[in-house]
Amino acid sequence: MFLLDPFFWEVVISGLLAGVMYALVALGFVLIFKASGIFNFAQGVLALFAALTLVGFQTGQVPFAHLLEAVLGIHYSHWGEGMSTVIALILSLCVMIGLAWLVVKVVLKPLVNQEGIILFMATIGLAFVLEGVGDLMWGANVKRLDVGLPEGPSDLLLDYTGMFIEKLEISAAVVAIILVILLMLFSQYTKMGRALRAVADDHQAALSVGISLETIWWVVWSISGLVALVAGVMWGAKSGVQFSLSLIALKALPVLMLGGFTSIPGAIIGGLMIGVGEKVFEFYIGPMIGGATENWFAYMLALVFLLFRPQGLFGEKIIERV
Amino acid sequence: MNDIDERSFTTPDGRTIGSEILSVKNITLKFGGVTALEDISFDIKEGEIRAIIGPNGAGKSSMLNVINGFYHPQQGEVWFRKKLRPPLKPYQIAYQGVARTFQNIALFKGMSTLDNIMTGRFTHMTSGIAAQAIWKGFAEREEIENREKVEQIIDFLEIQKIRRTEVGRLPYGLQKRVELGRALAAEPKLLLLDEPMAGMNVEEKEDMSRFVLDVNEEFGTTVALIEHDMGVVMDIADRVVVMDYGKKIGDGTPAEVRSSQIVIDAYLGVSHE
Repeated sequence: MFLLDPFFWEVVISGLLAGVMYALVALGFVLIFKASGIFNFAQGVLALFAALTLVGFQTGQVPFAHLLEAVLGIHYSHWGEGMSTVIALILSLCVMIGLAWLVVKVVLKPLVNQEGIILFMATIGLAFVLEGVGDLMWGANVKRLDVGLPEGPSDLLLDYTGMFIEKLEISAAVVAIILVILLMLFSQYTKMGRALRAVADDHQAALSVGISLETIWWVVWSISGLVALVAGVMWGAKSGVQFSLSLIALKALPVLMLGGFTSIPGAIIGGLMIGVGEKVFEFYIGPMIGGATENWFAYMLALVFLLFRPQGLFGEKIIERV
Repeated sequence: MNDIDERSFTTPDGRTIGSEILSVKNITLKFGGVTALEDISFDIKEGEIRAIIGPNGAGKSSMLNVINGFYHPQQGEVWFRKKLRPPLKPYQIAYQGVARTFQNIALFKGMSTLDNIMTGRFTHMTSGIAAQAIWKGFAEREEIENREKVEQIIDFLEIQKIRRTEVGRLPYGLQKRVELGRALAAEPKLLLLDEPMAGMNVEEKEDMSRFVLDVNEEFGTTVALIEHDMGVVMDIADRVVVMDYGKKIGDGTPAEVRSSQIVIDAYLGVSHE
């Protein structure tokens, strides 16, 4: 019976943990999509940018060092020893909040009331700009990110169950779960949370009760920036901070198709399903069809969902009244 | 049929109507080549129920949208509480004490009745986002205080039973009532109601009329409402503005308006012979 096989559970658990990471990226999409109807193509780059900024602060890199050298001839790439992880995290969050403000003022405000597709195109542009700025600010080399999370296999689990689970993945999952719970509480029980949900439902009505859309967008993009920072830290700690990090956004797409673009629980459950699904598929069915299924399994699952349930598991049903 | 000139007057049922709270002067609003409002002037006095009536497409909703800041007229002035109002955004006008409902209900459909009405308290809640994130202390106290006000409104509108229901699932008449509740929660100085009784049956209309009258009487809220049902208007309005094709064609008490030939023509049509 494969249910008693510890290897099966090892696969499932590592799938769940990977799924939490997918969910974290998908969450950033959902937050922005709900509040402003914008599909934010730049979410992955946002995570990359956040991780780059964090490493930069941590190691005491001077931003735009290459630019300074090229333009002014100043060779000044590091100052001091860097700073502690906590301070670097806080500063990075401040940078993300500032970035959110810029995005609202420069990109969203001039495009208010435009078609969704135009805003989508704008976020593609934003993705490229941000990638370029990230490169210019912190350099294009692969960086190691160490935020002091435990690494290596969990001895406890290995000894008692024989399962090989990375500590890093466990802590990533714990952080992600805490973040999601805090976000849920914020959106349910605070004035700003209610305002966020109100804007997601009806812009005009929100304005009429005194909610400023610009402020809400700023808050939403800041929260997405926070989620991107957490996702960037987790993925960066796992596989190094490099420019391919922005591609994790692609993995979030099937998650969103499964969970629905407008549902926060959907993003989480969709992420878990894809995480587990692709691991189990890889280990049990993969060998029969030549392996390397992890690359495409998620997209195939998303396609099947698009055929039978285009709004996703938890998305709002699309009903057109005639 | 001119404006009533006295600064204040007493209604037949004994309420005193004060000086003007809002007046619009020579408002002209154009969308491209279409003139939605042409040289409209009227005032709303403190404590009165002011109706705006007219055939479909007369520009009534556009007028409300000008008052609450969704539209900015090309010409004309809006005076609110004796001050010339600069072109403000709708949410800023909400902070000045203007609340409204919409012709096609604009509730937050995914939220409960309670949350919808709580959102109406937005302008009265001052805690910053940091205080809310910390929650304990200021934000929590503020939430409780405002929740009390909201419960009073829920009692007043007799919607206790649906306070936890998602408003998207409520029947039309109740949704209209929740929307009124959300506007009332702002404790507005001026309440704008865009066809509060549209699509209702007689019983629901009676309920809604009673709520509008009670709001006006108990809280002294000034109400401006758009309504099609002439019977309702005659019963509850103190003064009536009549519009047709973006122009004002009448202004006065219900009795005056009803007997005006121009108004009768606009409503019933004129024979062109």
